[in-house]
Amino acid sequence: MRLHLLALLAKEPAHGYELKQALEQTFGSAYPSPNIGQIYVTLGRLEKDGLVRAVDVEQSNRPNKKVYYLTTKGREILTVWVDEPTEGPRVRDEFFMKLVLAPLTGIADRMALISRQRRHYLGLMSDLNDLLARTEPDDRVAILLIEGAMLHLQADLDWLERCQEDLA
Amino acid sequence: MSVIRTVNLVKIYSGGAVPVPAVRGVDLRVEAGEFVAVMGPSGSGKSTLVHMLGGLDARTSGEIWLDEKRVDTLSESAWALLRRKKIGFVFQFFNLVANMTVADNVELPALLAGAAPKDARERREHLLGALNLADRADSAPGQLSGGEQQRVALARALANQPSVLLADEPTGNLDSRNTRDVLRLLSDVHKEGQTIVMVTHDARVAGLADRLVSLFDGEIVDDGRITRRRTGTAGEVIDLR
Repeated sequence: MRLHLLALLAKEPAHGYELKQALEQTFGSAYPSPNIGQIYVTLGRLEKDGLVRAVDVEQSNRPNKKVYYLTTKGREILTVWVDEPTEGPRVRDEFFMKLVLAPLTGIADRMALISRQRRHYLGLMSDLNDLLARTEPDDRVAILLIEGAMLHLQADLDWLERCQEDLA
Repeated sequence: MSVIRTVNLVKIYSGGAVPVPAVRGVDLRVEAGEFVAVMGPSGSGKSTLVHMLGGLDARTSGEIWLDEKRVDTLSESAWALLRRKKIGFVFQFFNLVANMTVADNVELPALLAGAAPKDARERREHLLGALNLADRADSAPGQLSGGEQQRVALARALANQPSVLLADEPTGNLDSRNTRDVLRLLSDVHKEGQTIVMVTHDARVAGLADRLVSLFDGEIVDDGRITRRRTGTAGEVIDLR
């Protein structure tokens, strides 16, 4: 969450609760509801590392609140994060290792592994279909996230078929 | 009650130099109201299987039962009658009648099956509305995009409320927004009890099914339920993956 908070603070200084609200507003249901305690812990660590600076603001009738600013160092770290390419999905995953190794042991045959995995993926797809149907059309960020997950699943299924053609 | 039942169903294409077995002994039973997705690599026999279920391809041996009646022994003309009443078919290619309007294309199967004109019209209006095509009713199929024609073909297949909807790659021409309309309609008619057997590579559509049949080399290698698991927000469900 560190870099997400830095990005929000690059827009404008904010206190912890405002950051929680900004995450909720920006991501809609695409972000699992952020925990305020976790936000404060993260802000504390960012402050310790010199990436943000906290300023106490006095409030009448209430304890002071801390407003966080991005530091120059924080902005540099954020820029590096934005500029560097992001790792894509890995293909040599747990299933691939099973698929290659299991037949050697005689525990399972590849056809059975592939078939079971295909049904598992379709179960996940079914969940995503339900989720898409439940998501408000104006929750664009959440819809894009769901569609992205669906496209990944489609690729996984196409790849299972390739495995079936070549290995089974 | 089984809507479809096959017993040791075999199809061998013997036109070429060497006979090619496409379907090799399939025993399949589809219960009323089930949505079965059929998947498998190309050449695994999925299209041949579904074509045989609809009487579009003659079986080499074995039995096909529809609504508890044996149908593999029927003549061509008896199959044609049966298809009007009991089977909706949608293909990757649409086969719409070019010189009839979209509305007439959709109404025709219901009228041929003996529905009252008023009922056929209401059903057509409902289906075209659900597929976001109401304003295309008076167009000729040739004036429509591929995705629109595909949706008209689906509406036509559902016009009779057939005993079974047979589909072979029905979303091959759709972009993601059109696919959403099709997914919603399929999901709705399935909830209303429509039996569906669908060959597809499209995981979004297959994800609506209750059951997955995997074919390989003309045989069923897996047949099981697709289980739904979770509820939650987009962030939660996708994080859990």
